[in-house]
Amino acid sequence: MAHLEHTAVHGHDVHDEHHEEHHELSFIRKYIFSEDHKVIGKQFLITGLIWAVIGGTLSMIFRLQLGLPNADLEWLRPILGEWITPDHKLSQEFYLALVTMHGTIMVFFVLTAGLSGTFSNFLIPLQIGARDMASGFLNMLSYWFFFVSGVLMFISLFIETGPASGGWVIYPPLSAVQEAMPGSGLGMTLWLCAMALFIISSLLGGINYITTIINLRTKGMTFDRLPLTIWAFFLTAIIGVLSFPVLLSAALLLIFDRSFGTSFFLSDIYINGHALDHVGGSPILFQHLFWFLGHPEVYIVLLPALGITSEIISTNSRKPIFGYKAMIGSMIGITFLSFIVWAHHMFVTGMNPFLGSIFMLLTLIIAVPSAVKAFNYITTLWQGNLIFTPGMLFSIGLVSVFISGGVTGIILGNAALDVHLHDTYFVVAHFHLVMGSASFFGFMAGVYHWFPKMFGRMMDERLGYVHFWMTFVGVYLVFFPMHYQGIAGFPRRYYTYTVYNAFNSFHDLEAFISIAAFITFGAQFIFGFNFFYSIFKGRPASSNPWRSNTLEWTTPLHPGHGNWVGEIPTVYRWPYDYSKPGAEDDFIPQTVPYSQTASSNTEHDAELLKNEQSH
Amino acid sequence: MDFKVILSIATFVLILAVLYLVYRVTTISGAIKGSSRKIDNKINAFLFPVFLVVMFGLAFWYNPIAAKNYLPEAACDTGVETDKMFWITIYIISTVVVITHILLLTFPYFYQYKEGRKAKYFPDNNTLEIGWTIAPAIVLAGLIAYGWSTWTKITGPAPEKSNELEIMGFQFAWKVRYPGKDGKFGKYYFRNIQAGNDFGLNLDDKNNFDDFIPNEIHLPVGQPVKFNIRARDVLHSVFLPHFRQKMDAVPGMPTSLWFTPLYTTAEMRKRTGNPQFNYELACTEVCGKGHYSMRYIVVVDTPEDYKKWYESSTSWLTDNDDIVKQINPELRKFIPNYTPKEEVKQEVQVEVPSDSTSVVSLKD
Ligand code: HEM
Ligand SMILES: [Cu+2]
Ligand SMILES: [Cu+2]
Repeated sequence: MAHLEHTAVHGHDVHDEHHEEHHELSFIRKYIFSEDHKVIGKQFLITGLIWAVIGGTLSMIFRLQLGLPNADLEWLRPILGEWITPDHKLSQEFYLALVTMHGTIMVFFVLTAGLSGTFSNFLIPLQIGARDMASGFLNMLSYWFFFVSGVLMFISLFIETGPASGGWVIYPPLSAVQEAMPGSGLGMTLWLCAMALFIISSLLGGINYITTIINLRTKGMTFDRLPLTIWAFFLTAIIGVLSFPVLLSAALLLIFDRSFGTSFFLSDIYINGHALDHVGGSPILFQHLFWFLGHPEVYIVLLPALGITSEIISTNSRKPIFGYKAMIGSMIGITFLSFIVWAHHMFVTGMNPFLGSIFMLLTLIIAVPSAVKAFNYITTLWQGNLIFTPGMLFSIGLVSVFISGGVTGIILGNAALDVHLHDTYFVVAHFHLVMGSASFFGFMAGVYHWFPKMFGRMMDERLGYVHFWMTFVGVYLVFFPMHYQGIAGFPRRYYTYTVYNAFNSFHDLEAFISIAAFITFGAQFIFGFNFFYSIFKGRPASSNPWRSNTLEWTTPLHPGHGNWVGEIPTVYRWPYDYSKPGAEDDFIPQTVPYSQTASSNTEHDAELLKNEQSH
Repeated sequence: MDFKVILSIATFVLILAVLYLVYRVTTISGAIKGSSRKIDNKINAFLFPVFLVVMFGLAFWYNPIAAKNYLPEAACDTGVETDKMFWITIYIISTVVVITHILLLTFPYFYQYKEGRKAKYFPDNNTLEIGWTIAPAIVLAGLIAYGWSTWTKITGPAPEKSNELEIMGFQFAWKVRYPGKDGKFGKYYFRNIQAGNDFGLNLDDKNNFDDFIPNEIHLPVGQPVKFNIRARDVLHSVFLPHFRQKMDAVPGMPTSLWFTPLYTTAEMRKRTGNPQFNYELACTEVCGKGHYSMRYIVVVDTPEDYKKWYESSTSWLTDNDDIVKQINPELRKFIPNYTPKEEVKQEVQVEVPSDSTSVVSLKD
């Protein structure tokens, strides 16, 4: 044991370690069909990053159309083929396909699987003190279901009729009736199959996370000593397990309507010169089912980011997170409320206005716990001793976009105001800041922060700074102006605005947004380079580079399968004892018993000390 | 691309250049590891307030420019009300954003790492936490009450004597039907749809016979108007930006909206100083390839002009022989201005009076 720990400290000994383990597991079992949560986490991470590049690229193509509508796009023909029309423009159908796939990929593949999949897998066992997930096998299946789902979605990009194109919310009848648009044919079938597999993957992952957190915490790791990351992953998994099955049922019923002649969502349809047989269904029913997942989904992508941020801000402020209990309370509040606000996406579908009023009330209530979280982050910074690691920068950035994107939810949640703004660029601005940017910032913060634990090396900090500042400036320049367009009524998912006098404005702004988007997207490659370069060539990390309290930093630099060599450490305190008065250092890891910190123990701690000793 | 685009690109490039310079300077001056770390930290700390000033500066600079492109004042009473509520809410949330950002983005500067200083151990404070739970709750309660009452008004039942029309969305256009002189919409069924009968109107329902299908929507100023909305193939959504109105069009589930226009098109042309101004109707639920192109014109007339227009419109069955042929001959006499083509010679050519009472009297 001592030997292993010793070698692990030195970066150049990495090889020996690999050799040792090769005897136990073949390459395939170790890196491909691995059951080690750390490897699975990395698999999710790399796959998620690849999807982020794809999803981002799609948005660059449609930003070309929006920002530079007169540009000659013939140069894209080698890649896009027939999707470029004979007059060198993007085809209108392909525009919708791009928007749809961009949304689907970003929401599900990048910010659900990429973010939650990576960090839940990687951090849960490490931070609660477990050897691995409750079921390594299910965990492996979870990744591979996700992988196959991605393969199907990827294939759908290349079929002749194009991928699903009716928006990421795939409302029927558009998505159900194949004649309605080419993307509703094979592309939609592949979308549904891919999503069904994706949901299975999420459920396998979620059940595992919940079970692991409940059952496998190390000695002393009570719920009120869990890092906020774990609380966030825990609640996220609960939301997912309760809401994803509803999306699955919606998808199944849609499959029935599409392929087996049922009429769950269809009625009174006349298209292409003939009436369809379907009668009695309701397209609105689909929307209820969809948003019953759809709204919780936004918290599925957001909560992990908030958890990660809590951890990073506290560590790098050298201060306890302010209001630990309130943070947990507000996350529980958000989790609960997230299930009963879904119809705020449906204020103008013709549903009963009184129902609209109720959903307005519930929606605006959810702003309270969100506000509490924002205030607590800011207070954590106050009187801290702030160290600006790239992870810290992205965490502060997250708080900023979370606030500026979240406040417009108060407008959209007000049914009377949503009438004008629904399905305009105001909504696009809102959710790109509060969900897109905030979660993405959390994702990046997490990668920078836990990279040393994942790969035993450091990422270059300078490149991290440049990446952060370009991204922070960039997302505001891209998404903030969209509010202006939204106020002016610009509908979303429009190929061009020149048809209308009312919307024939903001041409300069559109161009500006597009250019800002290209630059911001470009800046992500700084990260990409930094990431892959540092995996191989980065400065070797020390075992606790951020001087953090949580358990993962007590493992060897390159933890093997099982994480700790020898016994799993016992936990004695909460994870946020930073700069505790009377303590020598400005942090006290969770594994340090109160009996060793007599100088800094408070009265309350003294009681805990008694407990500690009686055991 | 004109001046503004170039200016905005220049701004962006400038910001980047500053960042890059800062980066270069630190790289050069930070030859020694430890000290370069410290300088990095200082620069990042400094950039947060710079970001604060530059970004808020940009937003406040651009706000009035953007406002020139906004829609003209709301052209209906509930629209005026929701606009007011919108801007009140904007001011409230902007205040929140400004205050929180001043704190969030200056704290990094004030509390940046200093050797030897110890952060304040401040894990909780009940007064503060309760305070900032209750404060937003109160503000939100106010906004909910305000929003609720307006929402109830907007979505309340339309007044009895509203002027009604029916609008139907399909890929990729709208069709509009007025109930004609009898003021009654006849029934429809989607299987009746055929060339010449886009609405699928029932041919045995004589209330349908005087309905007319114009190419523009006309509305009388100052009187409540009600849109009965439906869709024929996929979802669409009726969006009337100038009236701040929106309602989805759903196949199989009729919906509606109503409002009272405040200004005629002519008045609005004067108010906006744009002689080309037109009220427009757009689709805001993605419906396929031509989604962006479902424009329809709305004309608001004086009540007199509206009446004149309404009365001069002719039934959809006029010159629609293929459909008329399918109508039970017994019922054909209820078609306004109907002259049976084959039997023209036998019958005396009667001028059919244009008011509805006389149409009814024909029955006896
Ligand atoms: C805090 C995290 C939040 C996330 C991640 C989030 C995410 C989203 C997303 C993705 C949409 C767009 C759905 C679409 O495609 O139509 C959306 C719309 C909406 N959000 Fe949020 N939101 C958040 C916070 C809030 C808050 C705090 C409120 C209200 C107080 C709110 C109210 C709304 C409403 C009403 C809509 C529907 C707008 C419309 O369809 O016109 N959101 N949100
Ligand atoms: Cu929602
Ligand atoms: Cu449409």
